[in-house]
Amino acid sequence: MPGSSSVLLDARAVERTLKRVADEIVELNEGTDGLVLVGIQRRGVQLADRLAALIQAREGATIPRGSLDITLYRDDLQTVGPRPVVGKTELPWTLDGRRVVIVDDVLHTGRTIRAALDELTDFGRPSRIALAVLIDRGGRELPIHADIVGKKVDVPAPGRVDVFVRELDGKDEVVVQTPEPHA
Amino acid sequence: MTAPLGKDLLGLAPLSAEQIRLILDTAEPFKEISERQIKKVPTLRGMTVVNLFFEPSTRTRISFEFAEKRLSADTVNVATSGSSVVKGETLVDTARNLEAMRIDMVVMRHPSSGAAQFLAERIESNVINAGDGMHEHPTQGLLDLLTLRDRLGDLTGKRVCLVGDVLHSRVARSNIAGLLKLGAEVAVCGPRSLLPNAVDALGVSVFERIEDAIEWADALNVLRLQFERMTAGYIPSQREYNRVFGVSRARLDRAPRDLLILHPGPMNRGVEIDSDVADGPHSVILHQVTNGVAVRMAVLYLLAGGRPDLADAAKGGEARA
Repeated sequence: MPGSSSVLLDARAVERTLKRVADEIVELNEGTDGLVLVGIQRRGVQLADRLAALIQAREGATIPRGSLDITLYRDDLQTVGPRPVVGKTELPWTLDGRRVVIVDDVLHTGRTIRAALDELTDFGRPSRIALAVLIDRGGRELPIHADIVGKKVDVPAPGRVDVFVRELDGKDEVVVQTPEPHA
Repeated sequence: MTAPLGKDLLGLAPLSAEQIRLILDTAEPFKEISERQIKKVPTLRGMTVVNLFFEPSTRTRISFEFAEKRLSADTVNVATSGSSVVKGETLVDTARNLEAMRIDMVVMRHPSSGAAQFLAERIESNVINAGDGMHEHPTQGLLDLLTLRDRLGDLTGKRVCLVGDVLHSRVARSNIAGLLKLGAEVAVCGPRSLLPNAVDALGVSVFERIEDAIEWADALNVLRLQFERMTAGYIPSQREYNRVFGVSRARLDRAPRDLLILHPGPMNRGVEIDSDVADGPHSVILHQVTNGVAVRMAVLYLLAGGRPDLADAAKGGEARA
């Protein structure tokens, strides 16, 4: 895309931010009892894994993790067509009475989270569901907010926020793409 | 993006290897949905699917119905015995009347080869061929491919032999088309009277003796003897057929390697397949049935989406979220 791109978070900043988010998750949850982290495919899964490792290192408790692919819960199959690859949903734990934290890379319109909430409730009845995101870029189309935000930045469409994680992309980085104002 | 399979699924012969792989890959995550406690996702909410069956079927019709319901589509089953077809209504009239009630998809089984294509060219709804005469039964072919891939991995160079009534078998035709596209080696084995005249044009090897087929193959797909389509004199007797071509434990015990045994059902036990084989350790027959639901969910999903007219209207809404 023509326009400018700038690094919002580099590898060290991503690490610092995740540490803070991990602390805030434990704080919000008042400990690690009943805590389950559920990452949204794709990059939310890696972020949930990292957050769980950070919490484990600090609190000494093992944090159950799951992954959620919300493709089949989207509201736009009729309009944009089927996604080429549907990922797996893996929730090997009972969610009844647990405190679930949904983890995603970027919060934008809120439609992904709406779908994730629908899917989660098909798996059980958590006592509480919270949302933690690395980046909140604004532009909500639904009344949804994140409980924990790594970094807030205003990037209206058609701008883009690209999150890279080392497990999939070989590097940790968050890049903001802004189109030319007169494009 | 437009629909990756086009409007209809009429057979495996018209599909590319990439399209077949896409369906099989899409079926993978759908397997897991049937293992959930709530076996349902909202993907096709609001869509109406008509299962139009002009021929008896248990497995295929129920499998399609499960697939539709687990994707939250609304389904209507029309069996010909209780419909206006017995009053002489034509296929197109029946379908147009259904379309006038605003349906989205038709899953059709019909005794005439080519019926699915005939219908697809005349109505706007998506058409899925659930078996047309002796032509194709694509979702059965796909579930066989998925089952083989589950057990054998990549099918390139794998040897699959279709055994028995190849002549009357739409399952055989879909299997041959799909297997060849995915790079497998394919053979057929059966009495000459039950092989098509132009068998050499199919691109497959021919075994005259079941013993030779068993020695060659990694998997046998044992076809049902379709007595209802045999007018007269195709085989001397069921007992004679079993003695010469039946897949028995004794024959499999002499195989140089473990074979997978597939059968599309319903089985004639003791004729084309012996009970101790059908229920034995090499049989993946029930695995086929399980995979059938996942494959049909994948086909419904891939045909359902991507209407270009709506995509333009919603361009602004498709945001990475």
